[in-house]
Amino acid sequence: MATTNSKRHDVIVIGAGHNGLVAACYMARAGLDVLVVERNDYVGGATVSRNLFEDYTYSNCSYVCSLLRPEIMRALELPRFGLQIIPYDGGCTMMNDGNHLALYDNHDALRREIARHSKRDAEAYDRYSRDVIRQCKFIRPLLMREPPDPTSFKPRDLTELLYLGQRFHNMGEERMYDTLRFWTMSAADFLDEYFESEIVKAHFAGSSIIGTALGPRSPGSAYVLLHHYMGDIDETVGAWGFARGGMGAVSSSLTASLQASGGAVRTSAPVERILVRNGRSCGVALTSGEEIAAKVVVSNMDVKRTFLDSMDAEHLPEEFLKAVRRFKIRGSSGKLNIALERLPQFPSIPDGAPSIRGDLHITDTIEMMERAYDDWKEGRWSQAPYVDMLMPSQIDPTMAADGKHYMSVFVQYCPYELADGPWTDDKRQAFGNTVIDAIARHSPDFKSLIRHAEVRTPWDIEQEVGLTEGNIFQGELTMDQLMFNRPVPGYAQYRTPVKGLYLSGSSTHPGGGVMGAPGANCARRVLTDLGRSA
Amino acid sequence: MAANNTPVPHYLKPLLDTPFHARARVLSQNDSFVPWAGYSTVDVFTTAEQEYFAIRNAATLFDLTPMVKYRINGSDAERYLNRLVTRDVRKLKVGRVSYVVWCNDSGHLIDDGTIFRLGPQDFRLCTAERQLDWLLDSAIGFDVRVEEVTEDIAALAVQGPTSCYILKKFGLAGVERLKPFELAEFDAAGRPVMVSRTGFTGDLGYELWMRPEHALSIWDDLMAAGRTRGLRAIGSQALNMARIEAGFLMPNVDFVSAEHTIRMNRDRTPLELGLGWLVDFDKPHFNGRRALLTQKASGLRRLLVGLDVDGNKAAHNALLYADEAGNHEVGSVTSAMWSPTCKRNLALAILDAPHHAIGSKVWADIYLNRELVWERRMVAAHVVERPFFAPDRRRQTPPADR
Repeated sequence: MATTNSKRHDVIVIGAGHNGLVAACYMARAGLDVLVVERNDYVGGATVSRNLFEDYTYSNCSYVCSLLRPEIMRALELPRFGLQIIPYDGGCTMMNDGNHLALYDNHDALRREIARHSKRDAEAYDRYSRDVIRQCKFIRPLLMREPPDPTSFKPRDLTELLYLGQRFHNMGEERMYDTLRFWTMSAADFLDEYFESEIVKAHFAGSSIIGTALGPRSPGSAYVLLHHYMGDIDETVGAWGFARGGMGAVSSSLTASLQASGGAVRTSAPVERILVRNGRSCGVALTSGEEIAAKVVVSNMDVKRTFLDSMDAEHLPEEFLKAVRRFKIRGSSGKLNIALERLPQFPSIPDGAPSIRGDLHITDTIEMMERAYDDWKEGRWSQAPYVDMLMPSQIDPTMAADGKHYMSVFVQYCPYELADGPWTDDKRQAFGNTVIDAIARHSPDFKSLIRHAEVRTPWDIEQEVGLTEGNIFQGELTMDQLMFNRPVPGYAQYRTPVKGLYLSGSSTHPGGGVMGAPGANCARRVLTDLGRSA
Repeated sequence: MAANNTPVPHYLKPLLDTPFHARARVLSQNDSFVPWAGYSTVDVFTTAEQEYFAIRNAATLFDLTPMVKYRINGSDAERYLNRLVTRDVRKLKVGRVSYVVWCNDSGHLIDDGTIFRLGPQDFRLCTAERQLDWLLDSAIGFDVRVEEVTEDIAALAVQGPTSCYILKKFGLAGVERLKPFELAEFDAAGRPVMVSRTGFTGDLGYELWMRPEHALSIWDDLMAAGRTRGLRAIGSQALNMARIEAGFLMPNVDFVSAEHTIRMNRDRTPLELGLGWLVDFDKPHFNGRRALLTQKASGLRRLLVGLDVDGNKAAHNALLYADEAGNHEVGSVTSAMWSPTCKRNLALAILDAPHHAIGSKVWADIYLNRELVWERRMVAAHVVERPFFAPDRRRQTPPADR
């Protein structure tokens, strides 16, 4: 039986993920009465710190804070509410022959390091960074803006298109050509334009496949690489690093900021349906039967979960629904969270090198990465997976007891559905073992130090966090799903076909990563539509 | 810790020591080392002023080992270099050195440097920035080998009015016959030394190129030979003063290489930097030629010029205006100094047309820190000819002994 909560809120946000909380904070600060409803008994969505074993803290989904916009941290006073971002050292790729390539922060150390593999690549690196920074500088200001609709003649869209066009034009002819190429080409082709050494290319190609159902040779993967660099070029120091206390510090500081401006979060409150009356959203129904009324509903769920699982089709236009069904949101990443007795040895990392405190990798050729992708295409987890592993407890003392270490292992590729049927506990265990074996080939004592390991497949991530297929970006970052095409053409401005219903998650522009920009942009759109100033 | 004879790895000590490091460490009273092109080098040994006056009055030793050096040879070496740089390399005779610049396809400056012609198809290119990537890409289609040899060659600049005398006393018989931009091989008591009459001071001076294993003994013998004639080690600060007086440009100070620019309108062409005299449109195709021809025909929208600034406060980083009120910005200063020798307040600056013509007057916005209180001055500055300082002794052959 439906019970109706008598109070009508200005806004209900569905999902206390970081973007939902960011949107809620901005709206609460503008004076709206905001309630965030969250299905889990903890806040954060995929931006969480969890204690699953003894006093080890796991950032068990997202694990680095690279893209969170500094202007958001500032506007929402997140440092005051406990958020502290701490930088970590450049990591390395361990090679199968016992050699390695380290990415040192010091420019001269880095040049000499790359020169061990190729003198020419050591110098080409400067050109590579220059071009990446040039492109990111063009993209970055677009992150915190609504993408214009190129088919619209409304003054706002025209102004935005003009802004975009001007920025593009200001890059100069050569760079305009580069932009069009970089946004569409493969990471392998992109890196071939700069480097000759396999290991150098393999190291940089890593960020082109993280979270993406593309291989390094798939067209469009170069953009994913740029997307990951966005946080790297901030002139403000301390924009890239670990959140002290784990990624949950991001969501707890957002929650505290929200509460300080009068907003509220209800956990263990899963939404069954978004309620629509006369073509207008009017609230949500929880699975408990409770209905909560609101003038505006903001869904922080991905676009598929919002429209295909949480609404009745009768409220939605057919072509829109068709586009939503076609939206690419394939699961391709797994995650291991490991409690270690002590710091494992990695013989290929030299003693005294800072690399152990950075991101560690074991895929030393692009070919190997592409083979890992082939496994995924055939419905298997990669037999030789690409891993992005970090032991934040070396830097952040809050993550584990003195001398103990938490290791976060991001794994690419792992399918949402296996060719031989659904995931089972045995298969999950086998997937985990594949990853652990791969790491153990570079660390003789690694296995003996494991005290607890949480293995998460895309299916698990979907079940727990609610991300469709466990896709970490709430949808692939490919050209056909970016900017004014994200999530679907005609609805890139955080609005939906249902009046009063908005999207704030990473399914919207500018996409995934713990960035907060979609949430902030969505809040601005809601406030504008309500005639409030942000 | 690494054992004594094992080099400390790059991730613990990113900067290399030059072969002269042991001497520099002892002489540097301030223990002030700065990174330069991957090496640890001295910026000031005693005081920049004392070191500067030694350049103009006696003689100086400056460790220029970090200059990036490439060996370029092969049957197409001349053709290759001629396509690379804007000057006509065919006119460069064996045994001579040429100051050159090179550009990308759009005519924007990548770097400047010097070409040493060691043989008909054997060259050395010295540059400020690392270029291997560009040089190798440019080598496609030519029978040419490009090899970086920076670490194989130690280099010392011996500059100042008594430099020739000291080199003779050191044992380089006949060095006085070297004309400006000439080079020759010498034997210094069993130690081969290549000497070029080149430098970055605008004064009489030479550069010595030697094997790293001879570096310390040559340093010691030079110091001994020059002791009574005021020879002293200098750091990069004193050299920087001398090079401004000489009107020479410093990469990453007066211009940014087109290989490193991020923002629009930060690239510079050689014409805009006042280096048009290095661009030879009569030679065959060279990189950037078409773009530079177009720019030459359409006129320069901006130009790097020399300024003589009123008063005696160096116009560091000053914005330049057409009017005293400071409403119309027309450029900015890239390098500035009070010249102790010229008794003029010098600056190098980028100015928009038409303000860059010789004789133009602009206004420099200078901020002065007077015991922590900042004061602002609008000071007149006049576009003047470069170099600011060019003593006859720099060209005189044979040079005087003092």
